[in-house]
Amino acid sequence: MLNYKNHQEKLEKIKSGEISLSENVKHFLKNIEANKKLNAFNFVFSEDALKDAELIETKIKSSSSCGKLAGMVIAIKDVLALKDKPLTCSSKILKDFVSLYNATAINKLKEQDAIIIGKTSCDEFAMGSSNENSAFGPVLNPVDPSRVPGGSSGGSAVAVASECCDAALGTDTGGSIRQPAAFCGVFGLKPTYGRVSRFGLTAFASSFDSIGPFTNNVEDASLILEVISGKDCLDSTSADIPVPDFQKLLDDVNLASGDYNGKPRIGIPKEYFGQGLNPEIRESIENLIGKLKTSGFEVKEISLPHTEYSIATYYILTTAEASSNLARYDGARYGYRSSESHNLKQMYTLSRSEGFGKEVKRRIMLGTYVLSAGYYDAYYKKAQKVRRLLKNDFDNAFSEVDLILTPTTPSTAFKIGEKSSDPLEMYLNDIYTTSANLAGIPGINIPIATSSEGLPIGLQLMANQFNETALLKMSYYIQKNLL
Amino acid sequence: MNSKYEAVIGLEVHAQLLTETKLFCGCSTKFGNPPNTNVCPICLGHPGVLPVLNKKAVEYAVLMGLATNCRINEKSVFARKNYFYPDLPKGYQISQYDLPVCEAGHIDVDLSDGSTKRLGITRIHLEEDAGKSIHDQAFETLVDVNRCGVPLIEIVSEPDMRSAEEAYQYLSKIKQIVQYLSICDGNMEEGSLRCDANISVRLKGETKLGTKTEIKNMNSFKNVEKALNYEIERQIELIEDGGKVIQETLLWNADLNIASPMRGKEEAHDYRYFPEPDLMPVIVSNDWVKEISENLPELPEARKQRFTSEYKLPTYDADILTSSRDLADYYEEVAKVTADYKSASNWIMGDILKVVNETKTSIKDFSIKPVQLGKLINLINNNTISGKIAKDVFPFMLKEGKDPEVIVKEKNLVQITDSSAIESAIQKILNNNPNEVEQYLSGKEKVFGFLVGQVMRETKGKANPKAVNDILKESLEAKRK
Ligand SMILES: [Zn+2]
Repeated sequence: MLNYKNHQEKLEKIKSGEISLSENVKHFLKNIEANKKLNAFNFVFSEDALKDAELIETKIKSSSSCGKLAGMVIAIKDVLALKDKPLTCSSKILKDFVSLYNATAINKLKEQDAIIIGKTSCDEFAMGSSNENSAFGPVLNPVDPSRVPGGSSGGSAVAVASECCDAALGTDTGGSIRQPAAFCGVFGLKPTYGRVSRFGLTAFASSFDSIGPFTNNVEDASLILEVISGKDCLDSTSADIPVPDFQKLLDDVNLASGDYNGKPRIGIPKEYFGQGLNPEIRESIENLIGKLKTSGFEVKEISLPHTEYSIATYYILTTAEASSNLARYDGARYGYRSSESHNLKQMYTLSRSEGFGKEVKRRIMLGTYVLSAGYYDAYYKKAQKVRRLLKNDFDNAFSEVDLILTPTTPSTAFKIGEKSSDPLEMYLNDIYTTSANLAGIPGINIPIATSSEGLPIGLQLMANQFNETALLKMSYYIQKNLL
Repeated sequence: MNSKYEAVIGLEVHAQLLTETKLFCGCSTKFGNPPNTNVCPICLGHPGVLPVLNKKAVEYAVLMGLATNCRINEKSVFARKNYFYPDLPKGYQISQYDLPVCEAGHIDVDLSDGSTKRLGITRIHLEEDAGKSIHDQAFETLVDVNRCGVPLIEIVSEPDMRSAEEAYQYLSKIKQIVQYLSICDGNMEEGSLRCDANISVRLKGETKLGTKTEIKNMNSFKNVEKALNYEIERQIELIEDGGKVIQETLLWNADLNIASPMRGKEEAHDYRYFPEPDLMPVIVSNDWVKEISENLPELPEARKQRFTSEYKLPTYDADILTSSRDLADYYEEVAKVTADYKSASNWIMGDILKVVNETKTSIKDFSIKPVQLGKLINLINNNTISGKIAKDVFPFMLKEGKDPEVIVKEKNLVQITDSSAIESAIQKILNNNPNEVEQYLSGKEKVFGFLVGQVMRETKGKANPKAVNDILKESLEAKRK
């Protein structure tokens, strides 16, 4: 067990000499080794991490100012670019690829003196909900290794849940942070689209992808978000909106004593509590809703009428973007090239057939199809319209409430292999999470309970675009008072 | 062309923009650097990179739109054009599709029969260039990515042209405009200006369009005219023989002077266009358009008009002098030094353009500076030298780059205007040619020219010809008495 409850306490204890940062990193490295069978990491940077620990420890202890994340040990999903390190996206097609540059989010972590301990496994190119689609083998759930950790950022969730680091970065295109966080019992935050620069995030679906943190507590999630957010001149879709001092806001507010500037109103969308929701999850959520009511929050039922179209819309639009985003992996300039190819067409077809896994190929084909002449209007264009309707649903909802509360997943972590033969069944696991990506709004998983089988149960909160403050404050309140 | 038929031609012109950096990254656009040196992870299409739009390129596209009477769209959208090719690193080209930056414009071109024709421009859109595949080794293709991401505008015409000549004039006008705007160097041979054509033919009076073919790879102005004439004739012959034109893409072969069908791979593409999610829509506000239009230089048509009114030049002269912005600038620099505008025009259209064309230099780098030419003209007009001597001074100016007055002095070419010197030369010639003098006096006045020539020779051409004329005539008439 770690002898600090959040990063702030860790930093104080390093300063006072109660914790040695080098020992702390060694502890994580030992855990990584001990949990090797979980397969959470694609690459571990032991030497770099130990060297950084020494430097940063000196910096923390000397009077000179140190970064906001000084000494925080972070693992990053292997779809994020880290200079001079492999960037594989858990795919054979990028098996030997080394990045020439740092992602903006990674630069920001480093500027604030975080320590990057390794790169975590994921579903290939972030496509999947179980982390079974990795060229380096499946990742196992630390709570029950016969079960999946969720995906696509499964490795990052497992790394935090199995105490291999303080925090991890993941990416969320349709639930890829929140769902594995729910399955592994940690906090997972998907920020507003555009809040965090995507420069250096290997694109799956460009208008959906967000980078966000996995943590053990809301304070650390707030701190990391604060650091990685902001307008980036290298990402035209990053938003030029001031980044609040999220962590300070948490401290400023004492919800229990009622000095929250107007208690947030909470909406419960009825569409998220229909058939297919695991009864134990329903019970846990309802239980928590009861506690919120008792604490004096206004909780009301709302409707997000287009919810039933979200999965279809999501899969049409994300596969369309993916089919184009993944065209660059063609064997011509870098990455895997089939040794069997003797002409251009063969180079393309063999390299891509051999280099991509099954799920990625399925999505490239789907995406190519929906963009094809004669089908574009019926699929892509129509899905864009539905996306707008879904966004309108949320706009309407947020005119009535400040936050929306739902389960994160319809079920707890399922068995390895249980859904891999039925893609549709697998896709339905994202039923509560894809809407936030379609609407571009922030969402968070809060681990609130464990099932009778001992599996984590997650609650999802969503807020309006760029209102992470409300999201984090409420999460903090729940963490502090209701768990 | 068979007079029963008319051609219907539309052109797609790609112009490489003269921005310092590429359209979506900070790499240099410099031509001729070693292969794969003007590159970065962004234009190499590495995982995780994103495009950032070069505002200058938008500005240039808007300038072109304004110069060709287009509507400037307040909002335009980039789209991905998806296809696989080794010199296309991302597997898609970022272009514009249903919302281009400029639409619905036109230009007027002058035709050889003296008429003027208005030709429509459908749209002008921005896009990035692809790299170059070099197939110069037996089994290998090499790729140079330097050009990848260089900004282009594609100017799409309406199918308004009815002959190769009209197409040639249209293309010349487009080249002239991009050069005037300094947004493209207009060099077709180096590929900074490229042209594809859509061609069909139909019986005159027919309103329906015939089946069209597309011709690519016409990499000079001459080839455009040749290729279009070739294809028009081919289609007419085919139809006359009872055949049917097949819709296909042809490649012009400048060595064989034929167009042959392109094989397989580039045909029948489904580009799967969709809006580029990595870029926001381009917003060109009215204020921005206003700001850009303030940088709009005087365009060829207006300058031509001004040359005829301000410098009183014939239309023919004005046309030639304004054919390029550099030439027109040269002329106006000369016109600042001398008020003899017509002489300036004659010198430029004659001696100077001859050398420029022969040596294939640009007027900008021409060794005789406009000020020097102006001075030369002034030396003639103030009788320092004769026009004939000026023609001798010109090659020295060309070679030595010196001012004309320096050369005149060095070579001792100053005109003799002193009448006593001329008189003594005349006296000498008259004494040496008694027969010719006799002939003149007996009415054969033709020999007068011969005698003038002799005097000029005697003075090594430096005598003022008018003075020679006058004094000689006087001296001969005096002998009658
Ligand atoms: Zn570049």
